Amino acid sequence: MIRILSGNEAVARGAWEAGVAVASAYPGTPSTEIIEEFARYPGVYAEWAPNEKVAVDVAIGAAYAGRRAFASMKHVGLNVAADAFMYASMTGTETGLVIVTADDPGMHSSQNEQDNRTFARFARVPCLEPSDSQEAKEMMIAAFALSEQFDTPVLFRMTTRICHSSSAVVLGERVEPPARVTRFPRNPAKYVMVPGNARPRHPLIEQRQEAIAGFAETCRFNRVEARGRELGIIASGVAYQYAREVFPRASLLKLGMTWPLPAQLIRDFAASVERLIVIEELDPFIEEAVRLLDVPVEGKSIFPRVGELDPRTVRECAIAAGLLPETARAPTLDVDVGPLPGRPPMLCPGCPHRAAFYVLGKLKVPVLGDIGCYSLGFAPPLNAMHTLGCMGAGIAVAHGAAKAGNPEHHVAVIGDSTFFHTGLPALVNVVYNQSPVITIIMDNRVTGMTGHQENPGTGRTLQGKAAPIIEFEPLVRALGVEHVKTVDAYDAAEIERTLKEFMRLDQPAVLITRAPCALLPEVRLRWRPLTINAEVCNGCGLCFRLGCPAILKSDVLDTRYRRPKALIDATLCTGCAVCAAICPRGAVLDVMPAA
Amino acid sequence: MQHTLNFLLVGVGGQGTILASEVLVNVGLAAGYQAKQAELHGMSQRGGSVVSHVRWGQVIYSPLIGAGEVDVYLAFEKAEALRYLWQLRRGALAVINLHAIEPVTVTSGGQPYPTDERLRAAVAQVTDRAVYVDAAAIAAGLGNIRTENVVLLGALSALMEREEMIGSELLPDEWVVQITARVPGRFAEVNRRAFEAGRAVVIAAS
Repeated sequence: MIRILSGNEAVARGAWEAGVAVASAYPGTPSTEIIEEFARYPGVYAEWAPNEKVAVDVAIGAAYAGRRAFASMKHVGLNVAADAFMYASMTGTETGLVIVTADDPGMHSSQNEQDNRTFARFARVPCLEPSDSQEAKEMMIAAFALSEQFDTPVLFRMTTRICHSSSAVVLGERVEPPARVTRFPRNPAKYVMVPGNARPRHPLIEQRQEAIAGFAETCRFNRVEARGRELGIIASGVAYQYAREVFPRASLLKLGMTWPLPAQLIRDFAASVERLIVIEELDPFIEEAVRLLDVPVEGKSIFPRVGELDPRTVRECAIAAGLLPETARAPTLDVDVGPLPGRPPMLCPGCPHRAAFYVLGKLKVPVLGDIGCYSLGFAPPLNAMHTLGCMGAGIAVAHGAAKAGNPEHHVAVIGDSTFFHTGLPALVNVVYNQSPVITIIMDNRVTGMTGHQENPGTGRTLQGKAAPIIEFEPLVRALGVEHVKTVDAYDAAEIERTLKEFMRLDQPAVLITRAPCALLPEVRLRWRPLTINAEVCNGCGLCFRLGCPAILKSDVLDTRYRRPKALIDATLCTGCAVCAAICPRGAVLDVMPAA
Repeated sequence: MQHTLNFLLVGVGGQGTILASEVLVNVGLAAGYQAKQAELHGMSQRGGSVVSHVRWGQVIYSPLIGAGEVDVYLAFEKAEALRYLWQLRRGALAVINLHAIEPVTVTSGGQPYPTDERLRAAVAQVTDRAVYVDAAAIAAGLGNIRTENVVLLGALSALMEREEMIGSELLPDEWVVQITARVPGRFAEVNRRAFEAGRAVVIAAS
């Protein structure tokens, strides 16, 4: 049976066909759908972990216990999970373990575009890189066999373009691997990494890497496609597709395993062509390894090391380097469309994060942010976030700034899921080392940005089971925060009062702004659009400062001040009424009868 | 059919662009082609623009279309239609939805939103094979605004037939099968009618 699957769906399918029993993940674009899809297959256990390190430890535990397992995450998730990833390389596992990293060349939804193939080299583990959905499925199955053959975790590297591209996949059946383990292993020499046990493991993993390099010479995912002698191209991942598209007559060495590299295969291929180039996204990872073999090669002297490749970029770079004639360029149209308005991402109409950002802007305090929908609080007209680095950073950055002697009050802003992810230890630090940091936990009852995933605060698991709800207020009180208050996220006045009260203290304080995401299905049912009384509105513009997409500038000008009045788009307004509460003239009306 | 067909779909988050491109890639597969689709989402839920590439052909490598190689353009929103127009091949087919979704840069930022005259003039510089559809009004008339995307697919199918980009290998029924497979059963009928209403716009204009 053939079906069109995205790369992410194909990875999930491959894991299922490979007999994977356990998977753990934390949501992150472009990886999120892998485990969401896997969780729907029969006979598997899949979960959202609070962060990627926990997810990798969980997968390691399952693979120690004798069941095939994987953890999936976005590229920066592997930074969080690096500690676990590194020891897993040292210990190996009883059964197959695969770590899926979804890199984001072009930073479509990330804070950097790190190339995680470097993690494979760093940890001495093999790296597989599929070029389409069919290969993603096949490689995922092969990854578990490889893991078991060499007693190593496998790094499975996807990129946004492979994750979110769809193509035909031949579906197979699930094959349960034979049971290899009857009871949890008692093997401290292998699994207890105290220095005395770790030292003898290190030479083993170096030997393992050499053995895998030997395997790479004949691995079916590394193959030569011999065409012309003039030009030879080494490519991996989606870059292979661009190479086929742009250089139909060149010979190709397609590398599906990009670490460790097959030295002899590369040397032989190089000898068969007159000019050798590498086409790869981001780092010159393959190129540098080829150069270390003393094989003359070009790569990043032709193609960019920054950003995502696409057929156009590859073609233009090739023309500039003289690899293709000028005539290889498809003519692009020079069409005059005039100035176009930008369409920046915004907090949605009715977003429960908006009121707090409005108040923070008004209070003019430094706001130390974090990763989620609420990151958009930085954007105009709210302009209410001043740093954002990685998951869980804001609270500790605020603490550091306070300890540096900055006399202002620092406010850390963090979402519910991000607080569970890595905010918690940072708040422990604020309490332990006492700084007057105010932490706002924006609790919208769901993991929003990645598309409404469950988390430890939602009361549901990934596979739909009821779960205990971990409540923030008792949690942070138990940590020793004395000043804690939970308020309705839409109540701008109460948020302002509470923050001002906290700012008079010289102690840690936590404000929990709570309201479910306006896009949740049960919340949509309560949407009730408001309207502006144009007789009363005098165009003062205060409501425009909320940056709500439902509040428009009317064509009607106020007669006295000659400024545009406000107008509400009823198709967008949810009736959150934050604008009604801040309007100094009471011009926002609730016209619809209550349901 | 020619060697490959490249479709570019552009719109705004929430308009059903992704579902339309899923239908299109599966219609291609059902018609016997290799088919690939690439989409960009992530921030799109927050009202950003959505772009999706669909390719049909005997052999397809890149999931992305090269610049200047778009054969068929399906634009769900007027400003977005202008934004990606430069990627079309001269003479490309175009189905353009006369639907304006004004971004905040217009509604509260004061930037001008392009006029219909500007849109039509710009499209005319590129192709004379464009049809304009008021799909939102048609969908609203059918009682379900969310079938806007299917109205556009209907128009697209009829336009591709009229321009002989597809022949008897691909019947309208195949599109309907792919559409109804992707919507809840109780919406199958309204989607069928939306598809036919979209076809009727093109057939009436021919």
